[in-house]
Amino acid sequence: MNEITNTRHNHLIDPTMHVWGWEIPLYLFLGGLVAGIMIFAGLRALREEREKPSLALSLLPWTAPVAISLGMFFLWLDLEHPFNAWRFYLAFKVTSPMSWGAWILLGVYPVSILLAWIDTPDSLKVPVARWIAPGSTLGKLDTWSRESRRLLGGLNIAMGAALGIYTGVLLGTMAARPLWNSALLGPLFLVSGLSTGAAFMLLFGLSERERLFLGRADMGLISTELILLFLWIIGLATGGSSSQGAVAMIFGGPYTAAFWTLVVALGLLAPLVGEALELKHGAVPGKGTAILVLLGGFALRWILVFAGQDSGWVTEIAMR
Amino acid sequence: MSDVRYGMVIDTMTCVGCAACVIGCKTENDTPEEYSRDWIYTLLQGVYPNVRMAIESQRCNHCDNAPCVEVCPTGASHYGAGGTVQLNPEKCSGCKACIAACPYEARYIDPRSGAADKCTFCMHRIENGVPTTSCQEICPTQSIHFGNLDDPDSEVSRLLATREWYVLRPDAGTKPKHFYLR
Repeated sequence: MNEITNTRHNHLIDPTMHVWGWEIPLYLFLGGLVAGIMIFAGLRALREEREKPSLALSLLPWTAPVAISLGMFFLWLDLEHPFNAWRFYLAFKVTSPMSWGAWILLGVYPVSILLAWIDTPDSLKVPVARWIAPGSTLGKLDTWSRESRRLLGGLNIAMGAALGIYTGVLLGTMAARPLWNSALLGPLFLVSGLSTGAAFMLLFGLSERERLFLGRADMGLISTELILLFLWIIGLATGGSSSQGAVAMIFGGPYTAAFWTLVVALGLLAPLVGEALELKHGAVPGKGTAILVLLGGFALRWILVFAGQDSGWVTEIAMR
Repeated sequence: MSDVRYGMVIDTMTCVGCAACVIGCKTENDTPEEYSRDWIYTLLQGVYPNVRMAIESQRCNHCDNAPCVEVCPTGASHYGAGGTVQLNPEKCSGCKACIAACPYEARYIDPRSGAADKCTFCMHRIENGVPTTSCQEICPTQSIHFGNLDDPDSEVSRLLATREWYVLRPDAGTKPKHFYLR
């Protein structure tokens, strides 16, 4: 028999650590979504346009600066000392993923706004035409952006990838939380972000060709995500005692039902099968599967953030 | 201060788990209600009559390779005098990454300031010439020892050289400077 008593009862740590609430999974979800939208917008900027894009596709890149602002607001709400948030920008700590993230977020704004601006149809820019008069500062920026569409596309892909990967690395670098402590969380969150980005775009009035492209891409992304989840589980299950204890949380532990139903069955397998059936029967990918993908992406981050905080270093009683 | 590396040694053979160190710390460091920088961890092993008990006074391990310092985005968590791990509340945004990164669960948020907080090895005393930490001074069984690990003649170095000892979670790779004698 082993019995442990502990006089410590610090709020946020005991009985199990619980420092991050609903704000963090919501931010991670929005961050992934923005990463996906930026990468798709960037890819489009790199390609020669064969036909005119739908109005929805032209305007969707604006989602990036809006959604990332919302996400950063949630992050800010989570801070215990929110009026010190500016301290993030007085330092760059190379070993701190959160420091990387703070600077990446700063880079997301200019590249996503400039690409969204040049993708916006000129007819919608009439009300602000006098701001971008030739020769003015904004006018020069406008001209430069139009001439640098491919460069902006590349930068959107790079910043989107950095944003998507860092949200996973942020959790993955903590040895004290074995459920997170996997380098696969970076690519997993990036691929999930691309998938939710594609699903979000499918909610709007895209053309049939655009829907088919995103639907096919999403099937590949969901399949990749399933493989990454499988590898992540193998890594934990074959790791040390702390890793095995952590993965047990989704194999019989308290997060089993939520993980397998919300993330795997409803969030990945159901939309994968749905999209496959839609494409097989000649239908364009619809909104039902897209909503499932979005809910699944959110559930993945929600469950990982909460289960990961519950996971800890196994107490090595024999050591004493 | 480069030749000083502060460490703490707890004698689990003489500790009775009275929690005077917890009260001493609370009084000295004015920690908020319901929060403490040190605590008593008691492990009971076996079935009667083959029972053994280990009592540990635990706190921040002032790691040489501290994950809390690595993850801190603002530099609020940093290495201070004598290789200790210290916190500058003026730089802290309360992001709580350090709490999540600490395998010893040694940190908390002080609700009065919103900044992270933890044991300082009583550097405000040590740096001003008081030779003891408050937990060490109050310990009725003199089970807490504090001193320079890099000085072979210090009490902590002599204890570690002559007694069997262990550290908590050595495989976490944190290189803690907080030792338990058995």
